[in-house]
Amino acid sequence: MAAEFGQFSLIFAFFAAMIQGVFPFVGTAGKDAALAAIGRSGAIALFALTALSFGCLIYAHATSDFSVLNVYQNSHTAKPFVYKISGVWGNHEGSMLLWALILAVYGLAAAIFDRGRNELLTAKALGVQGLLAAAFIAFILFTSNPFERLIPAPGDGADLNPLLQDPGLAIHPPFLYLGYVGFSITFSYAVAGLLQNRIDSEWASIVRPWALTAWVFLTIGIALGSWWAYYELGWGGFWAWDPVENASFMPWLAGVAFIHSVRVVEKRDALKVWTVLLAILTFSLSLIGAFLVRSGILTSVHAFAVDPERGVFILAILAATVGGSLLLFALRGGSLTTQSAFEPASREGAILVNNVLLVTACGTVFIGTFYPLFVDIASGERISVGPPFFNASFAPLMALLFILIGPGAALAWKKGSIKSALAQLRPAAIASLIIVLIAAWLTWPKPVAAALGVGLATWALGGTLLDVTKRIKLLSLSPAQAFSRFINLPRAYLGMAIAHVGLAIVAFGVIGTGVWRTEAVQLMTQGDAIAAGHYEARLIDVVRTTGPNYIAEEAQFEISRRGEAVRVMSTERRFYPVRGMQTTEAGIWTTLGGDLYLTLGEETAGAGWAVRAYYNPLTIWLWLGAGLLALGGAVAGSDLGRVKASRKALSSAPDAKGAPA
Amino acid sequence: MTRFLLLTPLVFFIALAAYFAIGLERDPTRIPSVLIDKPLPEFDLPALEGFENGFSSRDLSGRVALINIFGSWCASCIIEHPVLMKMAAEGDVLIAGIDWKDPPGAGSKWLADNGNPYDLIGADFAGKTAIDLGVTGAPETFVIDKNGRIRHKVTGPIDERLWREELKPLIRMLEEEDVN
Repeated sequence: MAAEFGQFSLIFAFFAAMIQGVFPFVGTAGKDAALAAIGRSGAIALFALTALSFGCLIYAHATSDFSVLNVYQNSHTAKPFVYKISGVWGNHEGSMLLWALILAVYGLAAAIFDRGRNELLTAKALGVQGLLAAAFIAFILFTSNPFERLIPAPGDGADLNPLLQDPGLAIHPPFLYLGYVGFSITFSYAVAGLLQNRIDSEWASIVRPWALTAWVFLTIGIALGSWWAYYELGWGGFWAWDPVENASFMPWLAGVAFIHSVRVVEKRDALKVWTVLLAILTFSLSLIGAFLVRSGILTSVHAFAVDPERGVFILAILAATVGGSLLLFALRGGSLTTQSAFEPASREGAILVNNVLLVTACGTVFIGTFYPLFVDIASGERISVGPPFFNASFAPLMALLFILIGPGAALAWKKGSIKSALAQLRPAAIASLIIVLIAAWLTWPKPVAAALGVGLATWALGGTLLDVTKRIKLLSLSPAQAFSRFINLPRAYLGMAIAHVGLAIVAFGVIGTGVWRTEAVQLMTQGDAIAAGHYEARLIDVVRTTGPNYIAEEAQFEISRRGEAVRVMSTERRFYPVRGMQTTEAGIWTTLGGDLYLTLGEETAGAGWAVRAYYNPLTIWLWLGAGLLALGGAVAGSDLGRVKASRKALSSAPDAKGAPA
Repeated sequence: MTRFLLLTPLVFFIALAAYFAIGLERDPTRIPSVLIDKPLPEFDLPALEGFENGFSSRDLSGRVALINIFGSWCASCIIEHPVLMKMAAEGDVLIAGIDWKDPPGAGSKWLADNGNPYDLIGADFAGKTAIDLGVTGAPETFVIDKNGRIRHKVTGPIDERLWREELKPLIRMLEEEDVN
């Protein structure tokens, strides 16, 4: 019953989305506020119905109802309960339903939180959001129905891919979708703003918290995915420039550019055309990401089942959404006038350079991801663009960006002084020089470029901290006074500082894990030792164990550091008979300085087990830095309430110019 | 000038969408050119439990054949199985099976339960032949011509439409070719 109930809820949800998508436009065109307000009711109904439908699918998975095809294909009675639930979005149909649900959640949130802001703008944005939801629900109903029945019902399911039976992966897609789909609201407001011919600081103040919300979720989602790849796939890396990883990274980069430039619109009423284009671009890249994963157009370890029919449908959605909004942009973009000018040496100027670098970086990732497709279409040849291309083109752009983070943030709005910004940063320059020398000496003969890289990260970190120090007058005031100044820093500034520190810390992790790692492979029997970094791992024994739905070989190692025994570690290789698949459960020992990472391979008769040992310096910095990035975004977005309050004050006193920063 | 600049993103997108549309026609599971038209690797697989004969690459000489990789542990194989049974009943082509990575007895029990569509069958317990064939997962099906060359590969289960619209015409075409 639950399946039919879910299916009907989804059909009704489609109509609710159409109501949300049509009435605001009809209402605003006819200047009928009551009619336009129906859009808001549509948003509430859409959320309730989609949530109900999603709940029904969860129920079918939780109760292992194998008469539902989706449950049969992706579940198994022997699967732990948590993974029965996460299996709901571990497949194409279920994840699309989650996508639709999140579209509805954002629509509902906008209907609630943006009530009482600019009525016309919000009404139209809700309308666009409703049309988006209608398109995706239609996609689910026509090509990807998760509620399809399988009669007669098989006795047991076909299991979930064992790689996906993992806590990291269970929670990673929802975060990623909250990010991807979150940019739909920015997109909807961009279209609404173009329709209304109103892209101004009020528009920016409404949009910025949404963009930051989406970006924070996307950051967390990408970090979780990367963390999962690191500990589960067993190759010791955290990022492979895989098409599906790139699909999430491109909107992230464009999103970073947007959250910077939207600040210029909010504070200075400039860069409007560019910012609107970025809003469209960011969501378009999210959609292209979805197209990439689900059409089977590029092959990847992450790709869902190949189905051209779905590809055509998504391509149609893509063409309507992106093509339509870009057409509107071409028609209306010219009439967006900028009120204020700024000097090249100013915060606005720095943000513009930041945007150019980020969009170029995003472009290189785009080219690297789609180049194989273009070559295949043009010549029929199969090629793959590997990490060397991405590293070689991406790293220099990031280096430029890191050079500019410190000075850029130290520049004043409108007209700044490069000289005084640089003078302020002198201690950071000295610190980074010292770090470069130490790093080069410690890691020789690894590439010196990496040592320069940590130097740049130190420069960005130092620059950010120095600017904060200056603003809170840490050196001239008492600690208590400085602390109270720190607490009262504008949220947007504080969030930026936290995020920039986080970014520098991520850079340390990337360089440590990506460049300075050491790797050893060895056939081992009991008593043999393998060395990695300053650690040595001695194989004690390999034993066979069984889990709920797998059998495993577990290896025990005794670890010593510089000849001194420190601890015992274990690593597993699992075999899941239902899918005939193997997974590695890497043994990882994390310290602030680096990770010792051990994996167990196949046994070669007589010669022992193939064991891989890595020493990955600074890996934990990746996740700590990503956490700070997300925290910074959240802090910067949290001045929502203050903006609202100041806006109320503004409307009661029309002469008051400009909200506090 | 401004108008022209504002149009550029749209123009770029249209070009991109056109590429995507063409790209959709492409088959990402297409066999890599290294294996296509190459002779079938030699193998001599032992019989499954309860079967008299094994399956050797020499058994096929001079005949168009399908080689289907399956396993009793493989979920998609159950989905594919009824289609294979139907194809066997139609009798248009010799169907050979390789039971991949199955413990002894499991493959024959699975065939006893679900029916046996295979004219020839062998067990590849260690998975060595599958490696030679470049098998990435089960089920997978290879189309072999009269000269013992691999001409086509299907990744994933064969469905009715694929059988009628792609494999059957291909087999008919291969039957017309001469042995050289």
